[in-house]
Amino acid sequence: MLGTLWKSPAVAGPAALVERNLVIYRHTWYLLLAEIFEPVLYLLSMGVGIGALVGHVPGLGDPSVGYVDFVAPGLLATAAMNGAMNETTFNIYGKLKMLHTYDSILATPLRIRDVALGEVAWALLRGTAVTVVFGAAVAAFGLVHSLWALLILPGALLIAFAFAAAGLAVVTYIRSWQDFQLVQLVMLPMFLFATTFYPLGVYARPVQIAVECLPLYQSIELIREPSLGVVDAGVGWAAGYLLLFGCASMALALRRLERTLVP
Amino acid sequence: MADVLIEAKGLRKVHAPRGGGAPTEAVAGIDFTVTAGEAFGFLGPNGAGKSTTMRMVAAVSPISGGRLSILGMDPATHGPQIRARLGSVPQDDTLDTELTVRENLLVYGRYFGLPRAVIRERAAQLLEFARLEDKADEQVEALSGGMRRRLTIARSLVNQPDILLLDEPTTGLDPQARHLLWERLFRLKQQGVTLLLTTHYMDEAEQLCDRIVVMDHGRIVAEGSPRQLITTHCTREVLELRFPADLQAQAAEKVAGIGDRLEALPDRLLVYADDGEDALAAVHRTGAEPLTALVRRAGLEDVFLTLTGRTLVD
Repeated sequence: MLGTLWKSPAVAGPAALVERNLVIYRHTWYLLLAEIFEPVLYLLSMGVGIGALVGHVPGLGDPSVGYVDFVAPGLLATAAMNGAMNETTFNIYGKLKMLHTYDSILATPLRIRDVALGEVAWALLRGTAVTVVFGAAVAAFGLVHSLWALLILPGALLIAFAFAAAGLAVVTYIRSWQDFQLVQLVMLPMFLFATTFYPLGVYARPVQIAVECLPLYQSIELIREPSLGVVDAGVGWAAGYLLLFGCASMALALRRLERTLVP
Repeated sequence: MADVLIEAKGLRKVHAPRGGGAPTEAVAGIDFTVTAGEAFGFLGPNGAGKSTTMRMVAAVSPISGGRLSILGMDPATHGPQIRARLGSVPQDDTLDTELTVRENLLVYGRYFGLPRAVIRERAAQLLEFARLEDKADEQVEALSGGMRRRLTIARSLVNQPDILLLDEPTTGLDPQARHLLWERLFRLKQQGVTLLLTTHYMDEAEQLCDRIVVMDHGRIVAEGSPRQLITTHCTREVLELRFPADLQAQAAEKVAGIGDRLEALPDRLLVYADDGEDALAAVHRTGAEPLTALVRRAGLEDVFLTLTGRTLVD
């Protein structure tokens, strides 16, 4: 059953593309280390360093939550986001505009949707790999307290999917390397203000609503709640939001790619 | 009657520019058929619509009008099935530069859903065919232009295609690399692979093609074997005369009327005549004194010049 599914064109096409990327990463796997290194540095400087000053985070249900426990899941969600989105923005831009990789792939039986699904599947794998290694580092710091933390893995998969698809939609609008500055102009403030480093409670209510609309905020909720051991409806909301966000992005990306890649 | 593999009737391609503007007709209604085992060439200058036609035949670019059947299938509905049986060599090499030579073949074969063991075996044969055995484990970046071209061709053969499409296969290569490539393509032809190629080199078309269509401004202006085209549209020989630049116009007036036809190019005069030596004697009798005079057999370049009044490569 699984064997025939694997061989059906709907799966085999995207799988061939994942395989291509895997072969390339056999040569350049060390690039992934940089992506894991970054959140580890943040964890050390913010979580451990500033955490020593802050102590416990006020305004949360459980007053015993240390600052580093609070920051780690935020960084984990961010790592999943960056791991996936770097792949579908920077790397795919190179393949679209510089290397013309897809021109030769689309001359084979593969279709544009196979390419799109394959790239998103790959970015999802990559985002998850980054999260798992970073998660292991977090666990090694002794920051995992609850069995709910097992929900982090499917959560990271969902975050990676949502941002991989969003990245794929974004990359179709990019005209030159300079345009990546505009992407940074959105991503950096989102990273800083989407409750990565402090709880939502510090904002006035109107600002809170705006922050709650951000996909990174929902991603952080999805990871933070289970890792702090408080799982409520918020997790369900976040999962629903990200699923919808990812699917809508995917649909847009497919439509845009059809226009970009069909000569 | 041999099998018809490709049939085009009134085939058109219109490009609508992004963000408005008048649409341009890259291919303006062409008819052609390609039969099994044939080497079929599109000859024409840049912008004639050759590459656009190739992309439609490759089932990559949708047609705008007319009818196109490839291997008995409609590319609009059976794109993947058609592409499974085609090999495609695009104008610019689109090899995976992050992969080694062998990996390029292995990965590409997977796009056709071939089992890994089958691809490994074929890759070894193809590396030998492309004379790249020594380079198998090197990065593509280390290859010369000619080697890359051969690898691109090897890659396009990984699915053992019925038809091989080559878009300007030797553009930008040095003469040695071109000859090696022609020899390899000739070998494929002998193995029964149907070749469809575009070129703006007349020598390439003469070397490789059984049948040629000459394209200009999106239309077919002539069709036939290289020999047929020359005998139909040209004299047997051509006399090339060079004069000092400032005297060429004057000399052209003097020699007008000699041979069948006179063509004035920026740097030389071409006199079309069945007997070039006779024509040269006639030129001398007019008192014109060319710097150099050369009698040669007429070629496809002359056919193109006769049909369009322009040379193939500007």
